[in-house]
Amino acid sequence: MGLKEYAGKQIEIDDDGFVVNVSDWNEEIAKAIAAENSLTNLNAQHWQVINFMRKKFTEDGDTPSVRALGKLSGVSIKELYELFPKGPAKLAAKIAGVPKPRGCI
Amino acid sequence: MKKVLILGGGTGGTNIANHLRKLHNTKEMTITVVDRDDVHIYQPGLLFIPFGIYKPEEIVRPRLKQLSSNINHIFSEIDRVEHSANQVHLKDGQILDYDLLVIATGAEILPEETEGLTGTGWQKNMFDFYTLEGAKNLAQKLGTWQGGRLVINVVDMPIKCPVAPLEFAFLADWYFHKRGIRDKVEIIYATPLDGAFTKPMASKFLQNLLSQKNIILETEFNTATADGKNSKLVAYDEREIPFDLLVSIPIHGGSSYIEKSPGLGDELNFVITDKNTLQAKCAANIFAIGDVTTLPTSKAGSVTHFAAEVLVENILAWFKGEELPAHFDGHANCFIETGFKRALLIDFNYETEPLPGHFPFAFGPMALLKETRLNHLGKMMFSWLYWNFLLPARPLPGIPSKMSLKGKKTS
Ligand SMILES: Cc1cc2nc3c(=O)[nH]c(=O)nc-3n(C[C@H](O)[C@H](O)[C@H](O)COP(=O)(O)OP(=O)(O)OC[C@H]3O[C@@H](n4cnc5c(N)ncnc54)[C@H](O)[C@@H]3O)c2cc1C
Repeated sequence: MGLKEYAGKQIEIDDDGFVVNVSDWNEEIAKAIAAENSLTNLNAQHWQVINFMRKKFTEDGDTPSVRALGKLSGVSIKELYELFPKGPAKLAAKIAGVPKPRGCI
Repeated sequence: MKKVLILGGGTGGTNIANHLRKLHNTKEMTITVVDRDDVHIYQPGLLFIPFGIYKPEEIVRPRLKQLSSNINHIFSEIDRVEHSANQVHLKDGQILDYDLLVIATGAEILPEETEGLTGTGWQKNMFDFYTLEGAKNLAQKLGTWQGGRLVINVVDMPIKCPVAPLEFAFLADWYFHKRGIRDKVEIIYATPLDGAFTKPMASKFLQNLLSQKNIILETEFNTATADGKNSKLVAYDEREIPFDLLVSIPIHGGSSYIEKSPGLGDELNFVITDKNTLQAKCAANIFAIGDVTTLPTSKAGSVTHFAAEVLVENILAWFKGEELPAHFDGHANCFIETGFKRALLIDFNYETEPLPGHFPFAFGPMALLKETRLNHLGKMMFSWLYWNFLLPARPLPGIPSKMSLKGKKTS
């Protein structure tokens, strides 16, 4: 837990660097978090995934997994790995300001 | 007359049917269980088949024998649930009505969803051990294998019993030692997680254990293709892992009838379920239990057992028109076999991660997050408890359904 400045705003983040309050988020903050993770240019497909993630989280109270993103977001799993290298669900969740996908237990 | 229909006669379905039968006689309640076959597998036993510790016939019993008398049963594949009509359609054409429906059809492996996995090499140099067939074939292979690179790969989460693949790695280390060829075997554990396990404290502990046993851990490996012909795994980020023998834990999903049932499931065909009351999101008179649910806890027999007590209480309340009183806490309790006749024990729930300490009482006798002989005996005794306590719905002595902090070191 701690505070961190993104786009001129103090944001509460958890130990893994995920935004704690979903409502703290805005697009400028998303860009700042993305830049911090070496994604300096968010294109339309990035935003499609980010917005889908926020929508799904608001509906279900749960962060979707890569498989769920691949089936539902309109972006294939292969593309997801190109857009958000390494762990697409994790990275996209971080940028979208929703909790870390539980990856299951 | 109350009409209860239970889909699935495995761990959860059998327990709920037997429990309800004890509380209500046949004049008060009809109970019907639907399953596709009469073969009840003690699934935790599958882990031991490849190493010849259990024989296949030791972990299989007839399903009907586990159900008390006066429970109706139907053997058929389920076609779909129509919740707005309170009806279940079976593949054999029957249509069943219910007042209350319990869904307990578990999770199954879907190897065909990973590119190449069921192609060339499937059941030859690429195996699973989550099915009886797979475990048997792997036993044959291991028995004559002369060594090389053994890769254990979890394709994606969620899976049943998330510690089972780790246990497989530990047992493989032991098994090749016993056969005197451990120096000819390289063991690699490739997981999509960022550590050996999801929960931080247990993950750290298990990671140490892997390295002590000289098992190489490859994290954040997201398998795109299993290529049996060229003997390698390829990840989405283009990393490759060559293997001589692959033990795959394929993608899991709920049964395909869920996809055909309006409103019932999520994109992986798991039934969207309230994590506290166990009620399905789509209808107040549908409940779900076990591996088929979306509960954020392990898909494990122990979880199913603890959840069953909550479910029965809520079913009784629902029939009386009362508010659902019981709340499940996600309690899980898993023995982790680590080879050389020792095991770990972890106990946790939605809120509390596995902690070190003692179980079930402040003094033990079991130790948490520690390798002991007694934990191994606990693991081996679980099979007896399964057939004699868990399925007949008898409470486990000393182990309440709610997780207790007694004996746990919380700081
Ligand atoms: C290798 C392995 C090791 C494990 N080790 C452990 C362990 O050490 N400890 C532990 O607690 N748990 C362990 N588990 C997990 C445990 O076995 C499961 O969590 C438990 O059995 C779940 O019970 P269930 O009732 O949800 O599903 P199941 O017991 O799987 O029952 C589901 C039933 O539904 C039926 N069914 C499904 N679809 C249909 C359909 N369309 N039509 C008709 N019938 C259908 C199936 O035939 C089956 O009988 C392990 C599992 C595996 C695979």
